[in-house]
Amino acid sequence: MPRRALPPGEDPVVAALVAAARGARAARRTPPRAADVSRRSFLLGALGTAGTGALLAACGTGGPTGSPATTPAAGAGASDATLRWANWTLYLDQSEDGGTYPTLDAFMADSGIDVAYSEDVDDNDTFTGKVSGQLANGQDIGYDLVTLTDWMAARWIRQGWTQELVKENVPNAANILPGLADVDFDPGRTHSLTWQSGFGGIAWDKDAVPGGLATVSDLWRPELKGRVEVLSEMRDTIGLILLEQGVDVSSPDWGDTEFEAALDVLREQIANGQIRQVRGNSYAQDLVSGDALAVIGWSGDVTALNFENDDRFGFAIPEGGGTLWSDNLLVPSTSTRRENAERLMDHYYDPAVAAQVAAYVNYITPVEGAREAMEEVDPDLVDNPLIFPDEATLSQVKVFRTLTPEEEERWNGAFLEVIGA
Amino acid sequence: MSLLAGLGAGPAGAAGGAAVVPAPRRPTSRAWLWLLLPGLVYLLLLFVVPVVALLATSLYAPVPGGELGQYAPALRVANYADALAAFWPQLTRSFGFALLATLAALLIGYPMAYVIAVRARGRPLLQGLLLVLVVAPFFTSFILRTIAWRQILADDAFVVQALQLLHLLPEGGRLTATPVAVVSGLTYNFLPFMVLPIYASLERLDPRLVEAGADLYASPATTFRTVTLPLSLPGVVAGTLLVFIPASGDYVNSSLLGNSTNTSMVGQVIDARFFRVLDYPTAASLSVVLMLVILVLVGAYVRRAGTEDLL
Repeated sequence: MPRRALPPGEDPVVAALVAAARGARAARRTPPRAADVSRRSFLLGALGTAGTGALLAACGTGGPTGSPATTPAAGAGASDATLRWANWTLYLDQSEDGGTYPTLDAFMADSGIDVAYSEDVDDNDTFTGKVSGQLANGQDIGYDLVTLTDWMAARWIRQGWTQELVKENVPNAANILPGLADVDFDPGRTHSLTWQSGFGGIAWDKDAVPGGLATVSDLWRPELKGRVEVLSEMRDTIGLILLEQGVDVSSPDWGDTEFEAALDVLREQIANGQIRQVRGNSYAQDLVSGDALAVIGWSGDVTALNFENDDRFGFAIPEGGGTLWSDNLLVPSTSTRRENAERLMDHYYDPAVAAQVAAYVNYITPVEGAREAMEEVDPDLVDNPLIFPDEATLSQVKVFRTLTPEEEERWNGAFLEVIGA
Repeated sequence: MSLLAGLGAGPAGAAGGAAVVPAPRRPTSRAWLWLLLPGLVYLLLLFVVPVVALLATSLYAPVPGGELGQYAPALRVANYADALAAFWPQLTRSFGFALLATLAALLIGYPMAYVIAVRARGRPLLQGLLLVLVVAPFFTSFILRTIAWRQILADDAFVVQALQLLHLLPEGGRLTATPVAVVSGLTYNFLPFMVLPIYASLERLDPRLVEAGADLYASPATTFRTVTLPLSLPGVVAGTLLVFIPASGDYVNSSLLGNSTNTSMVGQVIDARFFRVLDYPTAASLSVVLMLVILVLVGAYVRRAGTEDLL
């Protein structure tokens, strides 16, 4: 074969390297799915909701590899005795060694349904971004049950990406807490059921802030300058500031003026260096490392952190009010195993099962009667207001109202510009 | 590691091939076309198609009253103006950080490459060991290494404490969430891409040339400046490109080590626009701008460095 003569001066080694690097760049531009996802899971943190283990999320398998698409779509109801469930990390009770999920094993033994459980949701946006194309085209997304936060669940339901649930198949759904039985994005809970809920509030390092914090404004104290972090989840950060300003975030009577006023506070505190960083789930690591002394964060995270750090952190719902968010179980429109999903929902709405899950994940259980059942599981947790909030606590928190697509795009954009992304 | 294997084989193979083949034989068949086909198809599917789609998306216009992330094909050139007006600080910061990281990597990487290639010459075991050390960080995940940096640079960790003790960092000063951390992270993560090509150039430096310099009464510094450095220039050019290009598009370091308003880079913006706001046209137009600017900068640099043959 004729070899193209090398032009004088060219260094073949370097040329080879450049070529190799170009290949690497090209590959980076179109990364394999799994790598792509695990990287992103890290970068963005899990905005929106729960799961304390950003680190664990990134160490685990990233992509959709966890739940192989078994059988192609066929028929309705349930095409076979399997179920593929995508959930967040650390969001289901695990055995001591972390290898199995006791309540899930019980369900599988009971129902004969084989559940492929995966912790593939580490961010509402990225997860949806991954599957939205298939949903729009009616192709199997590889999951029969997904767990998404209110506002994202609202988007899925609005777009027709979910299936209507047959109430008769989920008798235990009647156990849902009254406050969650009816939500503005899914009146009457025809398409969704709450998985867990949590509070957005303020948390602090007790050693560094011995007096604790009571209001969002306390985060702006001079001695905390540069050691405050807020969530990159717009509904929690802006929501708490709005509540502080006396706006009821759950009512439809507020709009651009109120949003802008809240955004101005955030802009100012970022500009003057009070807020060190705006973070997703990884704020938890910064609390542990000491880079952050006070944060806007999620209740379950703080409970979990305290387990590992000798109750080092305090959490409070600010006086102005806190946010209440929920994650919801949804059956994608492309699934052929709706009945199996309904059986699983029914299982987890059994108060005894719900108590077992709550004892592990430390978020608010949506199931009435779980508190009584908790007496059996772990009596210490019965009086934990972050798992079983009393009326007084619940009166302090609000659910961020569902935004119109236009508001969502505009406000999200404005929020991201302020936080520098 | 295959990169290194290729390095050894490269020059010998190329030189041998060029010397042996006297005159090119006329190709008797079109077999070469078939040999090219897999590569062409691959490039067409994974490069040309996405780039065309990217260009098209960058001109899309929103659908009035449409669902979130719903855009229709259009020729809305204003997307570019809007994106640049809103995000020029992040764009310029990206290139600034990339440039700083490239210079830092060059300053750190050149001596490393020099020691391995020239000083350790004749001791293959030591050379091999040093090269493995350069590449060893690649054995762990990029993300984990960057996360580790966050721990190393944390306020209560020894780096910050030591710097404060030496009064190099003011009391209450910090490293994470600052440009310093982001540029350091970029430098660290891309350093091997600087060291390896320079090593490859220096490794084949003929020691007799340096000896000749000394024989002609040139000081070691002069010899280095007039002999060693020019001969290693192709490696330097390749190294700077290999660091600068990925660094300017990087968003891992800026989001893990920075993530405050004065550290965000354009990669972060593109990611946020694409996944959070579902503002695909802005994300696409920023990507196109990033590509074009890199293309122009690299083109100008290579032309000036006189090594067009590299590309």
